[in-house]
Amino acid sequence: MAVAETTDTEHQAYGIVDYLKGHLREYGLLFALIAIMAFFQIMTSGTLLRSVNITNLLLQNSYIIIMALGMLIVIVAGHIDLSVGSVMGFVGALAAVMIVNHDLPVMLTIVVCLVCGGLIGAAQGYWVAYWKIPSFIVTLAGMLVFRGLSLWLLEGQSVGPFPREFQMLANGFVPDLFPAGFGESLAPIFEARKVNVLALGTGIIAAATIVWMGMRKRARNKAYGIIDEPRSFFIARNVIVGAALIFIMFKLATFRGLPNVLITMGVLTIIYAFITEKTVLGRRVYALGGNEKAAKLSGIKTERLTFLAFVNMGVLAAAAGLVFAARLNTATPKAGFALELDVIAAVFIGGASMSGGVGRIVGAVVGAFLMGVLNNGMSIMGIGIDYQQIIKGLVLLAAVIFDVYNKSKQG
Amino acid sequence: MSALLEMRSITKTFPGVKALDDVQLTVKEGEIHALVGENGAGKSTLMKVLSGVYPAGSYDGEIHYDGKLAEFRNIADSEKQGIIIIHQELALVPLLSIAENLFLGNEQASGGIIDWQGTFQTTEKLLRKVGLKEAPTTLVDKLGVGKQQLVEIAKALSKEVRLLILDEPTAALSEADSQALLDLMLELKAQGVTCIIISHKLNEVRRVSDSVTVIRDGATVSTMDARTQPITEDNIVRDMVGRDMAHRYPARDRRAGEVLLDVANWNVWHPEHTELQVIKDASFNVRAGEVVGIAGLMGSGRTELAMSLFGRSYGRNISGEVSLNGQKADVSTVPKAIAAGLAYVTEDRKSLGLILEETIQRNVTLANLSGVSAGGILNENQETEVAEKYRSAMNIRTPSVFQRVMNLSGGNQQKVVLSKWLFAGPEVLILDEPTRGIDVGAKFEIYGIINDLSAQGKGVLMISSEMPELLGMCDRIYVMNEGALVGELTAEEASQERIMSLIVTE
Repeated sequence: MAVAETTDTEHQAYGIVDYLKGHLREYGLLFALIAIMAFFQIMTSGTLLRSVNITNLLLQNSYIIIMALGMLIVIVAGHIDLSVGSVMGFVGALAAVMIVNHDLPVMLTIVVCLVCGGLIGAAQGYWVAYWKIPSFIVTLAGMLVFRGLSLWLLEGQSVGPFPREFQMLANGFVPDLFPAGFGESLAPIFEARKVNVLALGTGIIAAATIVWMGMRKRARNKAYGIIDEPRSFFIARNVIVGAALIFIMFKLATFRGLPNVLITMGVLTIIYAFITEKTVLGRRVYALGGNEKAAKLSGIKTERLTFLAFVNMGVLAAAAGLVFAARLNTATPKAGFALELDVIAAVFIGGASMSGGVGRIVGAVVGAFLMGVLNNGMSIMGIGIDYQQIIKGLVLLAAVIFDVYNKSKQG
Repeated sequence: MSALLEMRSITKTFPGVKALDDVQLTVKEGEIHALVGENGAGKSTLMKVLSGVYPAGSYDGEIHYDGKLAEFRNIADSEKQGIIIIHQELALVPLLSIAENLFLGNEQASGGIIDWQGTFQTTEKLLRKVGLKEAPTTLVDKLGVGKQQLVEIAKALSKEVRLLILDEPTAALSEADSQALLDLMLELKAQGVTCIIISHKLNEVRRVSDSVTVIRDGATVSTMDARTQPITEDNIVRDMVGRDMAHRYPARDRRAGEVLLDVANWNVWHPEHTELQVIKDASFNVRAGEVVGIAGLMGSGRTELAMSLFGRSYGRNISGEVSLNGQKADVSTVPKAIAAGLAYVTEDRKSLGLILEETIQRNVTLANLSGVSAGGILNENQETEVAEKYRSAMNIRTPSVFQRVMNLSGGNQQKVVLSKWLFAGPEVLILDEPTRGIDVGAKFEIYGIINDLSAQGKGVLMISSEMPELLGMCDRIYVMNEGALVGELTAEEASQERIMSLIVTE
């Protein structure tokens, strides 16, 4: 018996090391985020995780995360979109001109702007998909064209302010559905002035859902005999993610509640994660990026798929443009300048491969968040913009080197 | 005459495959030595060992070159010693001139500045030597394959070659070009260059070579010396094939049913060189339960025929009629071709057949995702079940269906490609070189799968460069040459000689 037990533990120990090696990238990203947050939490003497700062962090990065969703799909499909920063600025300018200069209704403006984003994506995607013109070139051209068009549209001026209704897109909060008295009665427990029950509840439900889905997947994997992550890892990971989610929501709950943008971001993230991982459409995008010729010979309409990836990117860039304009409460010709690089960096930090076919929505979101924490933490610490850029550049390089190193070791 | 090269007991293993097993090769100074064997016998691997593509240490055994133990770490190492390989796929840069190609990586320069005058003069001298009448400034792009081959040889001469290795030099050449090349080889021999020629064309081998080494299944079978006794093609073929047919190909009930696939007057033009007709008026059919072969040399248009049929994946100005099950079929796009009941298993599984980064499961379901989804949403449990089903049916050797395809051996990868197409539920499968680059054991399994398909009443169209394979597997064989089907033979009529003579007489 003793002998059997020893071999069993040995086997398990080997399994853990083996598993960690195979999944270093995913855990690495999580660890890096935790390490960076802990670092800045200490260096800013607790400012990083204060309620108001967490709320700010989410608002500041919302438009990057929204665009990272689309960029991930474009990059997985084997392309790149350099125009998103300009498109975002252009759409913000369009919204400003429509609402502020021409007094058009907000809802109409939003619809027109999203359609416009889709058309811009279609115009670029057409050349990439059907004429096989490298996306780098097409979108580089797009970057210049739409930067110029925003300048032209705004006549070089900043246009604003927006009506309150439009600002709510970015700066609004979801009102607490529960009566104020309920939140106030909970407040003393947490030693807070007030508690937004909706936010706290959402956090708990979201955390529970993630754990439940993880367990379901684990049960499925077990049923099919897949070498799954060791139980200790599974528990640790879920506890960390769940606790972090509840913690963030608690912080939000003790400030102003759930920002509207967070809801938009959360819903979009879930939708895109579902599309990429659970649908035929998503699977085909990965196949297209993994080996376009093989995908085509397997009956996948690769051209149409590429085209759609760019249309989707355009719509999301437009959405980000609306949020950005609403947040700044003005449209400026400079809006979105060089932002495409932050978005692309977020996707690569999140583990996507330059050559296409590899990358996850969750990774891109975490990557964007990691960049956001870096920006935010360094700003609070008062680090100059010069060093900030250097550090962000090195982080991107390190993430990609880590990827390539991992791959060469597995290969 | 002393030996210039001696390769002793060379053994080279890849994960899952023993490519070379105790191979001996001795090449004497100043001779032309032929290396023959079936596709996949290990000839190219042996030459890669020799040239340092597989560096010293990655194989067992010793290479003695010019009387010394040689341990080449890369191609540059072996080239320094005068060993130059000219590969089947030419390694010229199409948009550079002949002169630029000749001295690529070996530029005639001082202090980084290229001496163009010297370059052109030397180039002209070298071109005269190989009998190529072209200006040194001509772009390689503008030359035909035969002339490109000569440029490669001139390039080898520019590096002061002592041992020139030609891998299937005449495979893509016309008869006249081939003769010219063989004459050139004899001339180089007269100038003292030692040569190894890898070739399938036994008449050519007999014409130029002084000795012949036959390799089969990664091992040396025999070495014959033409100077001591005449070499006959029969001798070579016997040693190449080794086992008799009956044991190499599993038996099958041959029962052909109704015509499944009927192609009439199929014409295809080259996608870039639009004046070039690649497929000329091809008409053929495949019956239910029948395995039909297409024989022909490399470049005869077999793959182009298959790919143009399968959703017009190759060529332009395609015309002709396709019927499946007696009904006119629209096969103008890949999805339509799949829907009509066609499947095409490519000859190039790594770049056209598989997504190497993805798992076995995801590759198997790729051509029929609607079979594992409802309303566009994937059912992963069902997907795993499908993959598992094919894993056991095809005997794909892997710990799990979640293994990435790139970690599999060639034979197992081929089974994944076959699984993908079987799951798409075709009536007729076009198998393009289904056993290329896989070992003998896996080949036998693939043959078994093909027999199962025919037993299920599917039609199989099999393209192969290995004539014994076609003879062993097919009920009927079409012979293709220069884009046209030049003959049709039943299994009883067919033989290597008849097929070759059909190719040659056209």
